[in-house]
Parts: sequence; C-alpha cells; structure tokens
Amino acid sequence: MKAFEVTKPGFFTTIQDLGRWGYQMYGIPVSGAMDRRSLRIANLLVGNDEGEACLEVTVYGLELKALNDTVIAVTGGDLTPLRNGEPIPMWQPIRVRKGDTISFRGPKSGCRAYIAVSGGIDVPKVLGSRSTYVKGKFGGIEGRPLKPGDIIETKEPTVDILRVLARKLPEDFIPKFKPEVNVRVVLGPQDDYFTENGIKTFLTSEYTITVKSDRMGYRLQGPKIEYIEYNIISDACTRGSIQVLGDGMPVILMSDAQTTGGYAKIATVITPDMDLLGQAKPGDKVRFTQVSIEEAHTVLRKYEEEIKKIKEILQ
Amino acid sequence: MRAQSRLLLAGDSCIAMEFGNEISPELNRMVRRMFFLVKQADIPGVLELVPTYRSLYIYYDPLRIRLEDLKRKLRELERKADEVELPPQRVVEIPTVYGGEYGPDLDFVAKYNNLTPEEVVEIHTSTDYLVYMIGFTPGFAYLGGMSKRIAAPRLETPRVRVPAGSVGIAGEQTGIYPIESPGGWRIIGRTPVKIFDPTRDPPVILQPTSDYVRFVRISEEEFHRIKRLVESGEYEVSIRPLREG
Repeated sequence: MKAFEVTKPGFFTTIQDLGRWGYQMYGIPVSGAMDRRSLRIANLLVGNDEGEACLEVTVYGLELKALNDTVIAVTGGDLTPLRNGEPIPMWQPIRVRKGDTISFRGPKSGCRAYIAVSGGIDVPKVLGSRSTYVKGKFGGIEGRPLKPGDIIETKEPTVDILRVLARKLPEDFIPKFKPEVNVRVVLGPQDDYFTENGIKTFLTSEYTITVKSDRMGYRLQGPKIEYIEYNIISDACTRGSIQVLGDGMPVILMSDAQTTGGYAKIATVITPDMDLLGQAKPGDKVRFTQVSIEEAHTVLRKYEEEIKKIKEILQ
Repeated sequence: MRAQSRLLLAGDSCIAMEFGNEISPELNRMVRRMFFLVKQADIPGVLELVPTYRSLYIYYDPLRIRLEDLKRKLRELERKADEVELPPQRVVEIPTVYGGEYGPDLDFVAKYNNLTPEEVVEIHTSTDYLVYMIGFTPGFAYLGGMSKRIAAPRLETPRVRVPAGSVGIAGEQTGIYPIESPGGWRIIGRTPVKIFDPTRDPPVILQPTSDYVRFVRISEEEFHRIKRLVESGEYEVSIRPLREG
C-alpha cells in the first residue's frame, strides 16, 4: 500500500531496521537503527514484528503526506511530531487519514525519532535487510536518504489496525534522553595498548560529542588519552568500539561502523547503552563507566526481558 | 609448539581470538583454520565470524550461549586446528587496464622507483596476492605480497572521487577500490569487474578465507568489452586453483 509521500525530506531521514547481519566478513557494515529499543517499541505499538523497517528521522524537517488511511507510532527522541500542524503524542499508536500531514517542528530531547507504519515499510531487502547504508549506496530507497516525491510503501498489516489504537505504553517504559550521557563499557580488546594513566583519564573524564559525528561514528573531544601505541595491525570493529586516534581523542563507532580498522580500541560500549548514544548529538557530554563482562551480560538480559514484557503488555 | 591464542573481549556480544601480532601467511592460515572449524561446529548462539590478519572475531548472543561455554568450546576447537584440512585455495584473475586515464599515477610510481611504467606493470602482474581479509569498505581486500620494488607513498591530498575498480598502491600495499570513494592511493589501473555488488550473494567476488588475486593486463578495448559483459551480467571472472610453491 502507498502510505505516504515525502513532501519534505528533512535534515537526514533513512529507512532502517535491526541491521544487516552475516556479511561483515565481506566488509559490509551492519547498519540499522541508531536507537534500536525505540525502533522495536514503535513496531510493537502498531502491531508489527519488532524488527520491521521504520523511518529514522534526524533532528528536524521531515514532512509526509498520507496517501491512505493508516496507523503510525512515533518513538525515540522528541522532535515535536505534528499531525496537520497539531502536536501528537509519542509512544502510542496514532490514526492517520488520507490527506493528513505529518511533520516535525524540532528537537526537545534526543535527536532521532522513529516512525513505524502499520504493516512495516516495504522496500526490497538487500542482503537480508532493509536498512539504508548511504556510504555504500544500497538498502532503503536507492541507498540514499529520502528526497521529495519518494513514496513510502507498506506491507499488508497482519493485525486489525483499528484494534491496535487502544495500545498504550506505560509511562515507566518511556526513556528520557538527556544532553549528558553516561555509558557503560567493557574494556578491550586493546586496552593493553594504553597506559594506566590513559585508562584512568578515559574512565574519569567528560567528553564532548563534536560535529564530526554521523551514523558511522562520533568523534569526541576532551582530555587526551595516553597510549603506548595507537596503531594496530588492522582487525575487526563493531558497533560500540571506542578507537583512540593519534591525537589521543576517542571515536565511538556507531551503527554504520566500518567492519575493520587500524586504531587501537580501548573499550566497547555495552549494547543497551548504544541506544542512549544514538540519541546524543554534537555538544552533548559523554562519560564512561567500566563494568565487568558479567555485569554487561546481566544488563543485556534485563534489557531484553523488558522488551519481552512490553511485547506482552501491548498484545 | 604453537602458543595458545589470546581471547579478547570486544564488548558484550563479540570476542576476538588472536593468534599473534604480525602480518604473515602462516598466522593468517591459522585464522582461516579456526574460521572453518568454528563454522563447521555450528555452535548455537554463534552469529557471525569475521576473519582478520591475525585474529578471528566471533559474534555471539550471550543470552543463548554463556561466554564461559563459548570460550571452552573455542579452546577445544583450537586444539584440533593443526589437523584441519583447508579448502583448496583459488586464484581469482582480475583483468586490469594500466596507465592513462585509468591509472593516472602509473608514471609517478615508475619514476619513484626508477622503473619504466612497463616494468611496474610487469612486476604488479607477476604475483599471486593473498587476500588477508576484507573490510574497511564493502569488498575492500587487504592484499599481501606486493614487491617492494613498486612501493610508493600515498598522495599528500586524497582525491575526492576514486572510481570503483581502481587499482592502487599505498606504501607496500596494493588494492582495488570496490566502490567509488575518496582515496589517497596511487592509482595505476582499473578493472571493469565489479568486485562488490549488493545484488549478489555473496556480494563480493573474493573470499577472505581462501583466495589469492592475480592482476592480468588487458587493453582498453578489452576493458570496454568486459565492462559491457559485466553490465549485462554475462561476465564470469576466471578462477584457477593455486599452484603451490
């Protein structure tokens, strides 16, 4: 079904799902939503499988015109979503009628909103995923951000879309995105390339996200991290890898992380906290806290159990 | 006896098995052995493997397999690694037109090394290059084995646009740009073959676990002929078994 026409593409809007797995050995990044929890909940609110493709809206400017009646949910950062110019609530299903306009006035908190559409966005899967990888020019619509005139098509909903309108996410599950982010990290794989002092600096300092930040990675600015050596024989990188460059500044690799790289990686952000970083923007502050791998796995288990609970509540 | 690998944490869902800290065909062979062993073992909860120069990265779901169990399993497999028979190695021939508009830096590389452009091409096409790993961008193969006689420094200022298929030299490395991108390598030629194509599966013409690359010199006419076949999906790259020794 033709659900929407893009009338204004906004700053940077792409189609994303939970990523393209299984091809990193060929140099193909995983991609996928920067804030995965928000994408999964958006889908659950409109009756989709949690991994369906959504629109990832960055900061402001997107405007859509509805070509048919449908149901959407907007989650993630609060970019002030509007229907026909009037504010609409986030984190719940919203009825959209043919001719309605959906737009975003600008960010109040966070920087990426997710729009799930009942049925799920229908673009051809490339290597198992609908995620857009702009640098590689594939996935989504022609491997690029949305542009005016694009038509957002959806698959046939598998549930009665009018019945999902009663769904509501309890307040406790709605995240609050702040301009100071505390993220937990597991040290390694190359923490032995850094001095004790360097690791201490990394774990006790505040870093600022710079404008040199995108879906591939965030360049940070702050106290210099002392290293023994910053070059390694290139090995693999993952979403959450924290590389330290020659100038001692950290870079956090994000969803479009390159699969390999030649800078030493001091630590890796734990999976659940990547969602918080996905909502952070240039100027925001980041602090790192070390956790053990056991703690990291406990946090991940709780994170997944919470999403399971949300799934049960919404059904 | 070979030293045991190091198991390094790469976050909550990935572990690196590191066999050493150098670039060598022997070390890389160990990575490939482990790759096939782990793949064959089909361990529930293991999601994806990424072989690199000297380590194997193993993505796993910690909610399906406990890290301790995974580590134990990997150690068991590692003990068998020396006995593994690797699949036969292949040489993938990459037709390449050298110099001119296709290789604007060929003359520089020649002058830099006190060679003629002809000699550079001769040397570049006389080696089977080992694919150590693929990464950095989709389909970019880290190749090993280039002669030092044609080594050349990177450009001081990278080009904004290097066409897909460009064959270049940076330091003692040679490589092929699989997609159009910015780049600072000295470009000596171009292949009409699509190294990377997301509509294929596997999407890359080279395997990081068994392949060598051999550049084969072609004329400009041949370049255009092959390019047309590539566009119409009729081109098959030539692959032969590796001759040992």
